[in-house]
Amino acid sequence: MALDASILFQIAGIGIIVALIHTILKQMGKEEIAQFATLVGFIIVLVIVINGLSDLFQQIKSVFLFQG
Amino acid sequence: MDIIQIVVIGIIASILYIILKELNASFAFFIVLITTILIFLVIIQQIGVIFQLIESLGNKANVDGMYMETILKIIGIAYIAELGANLTKDAGLQSVAAKIELAGKISILLLAIPIITAVIEAILSFVDSV
Repeated sequence: MALDASILFQIAGIGIIVALIHTILKQMGKEEIAQFATLVGFIIVLVIVINGLSDLFQQIKSVFLFQG
Repeated sequence: MDIIQIVVIGIIASILYIILKELNASFAFFIVLITTILIFLVIIQQIGVIFQLIESLGNKANVDGMYMETILKIIGIAYIAELGANLTKDAGLQSVAAKIELAGKISILLLAIPIITAVIEAILSFVDSV
């Protein structure tokens, strides 16, 4: 069974790095860029999660005989 | 041993969640979501094996294919609705979770309508013949 926790660490890593970047940019007084960095990190993680979710829903559809 | 892997992944996810919760709450929710997806992806393959067994048993017993399909769909709806309801509950949206559960119950009832009518017709034909 291919169960890899790497995606978990990936998301956690992105979250920690984004929080760091946010803090640093805030300290430098660039509030807008800090918000933008957080938004970009959020979107990256969202893409990863949506990919996993669509994979899961495809599996559910094929197993539980849902058509379409 | 899949179960050990799943438990370990759950523990890792909890630790990462606790760390991320203070840094960035939205990413912490993504951790919960992706953990659910990972565990469900493992479980769904086992469920597929079990369903193949159920279907072969049903074919041997000459059960109508429609009934088996309906039952499998009902189980699927129950799983999906519970997944969505638990996720929304974790995010703090209790009322949305309740509505998802309600929608799951309604759609299960909707799927069961042909079976219910078949049962009622069978009972009525018994009553008429007596």
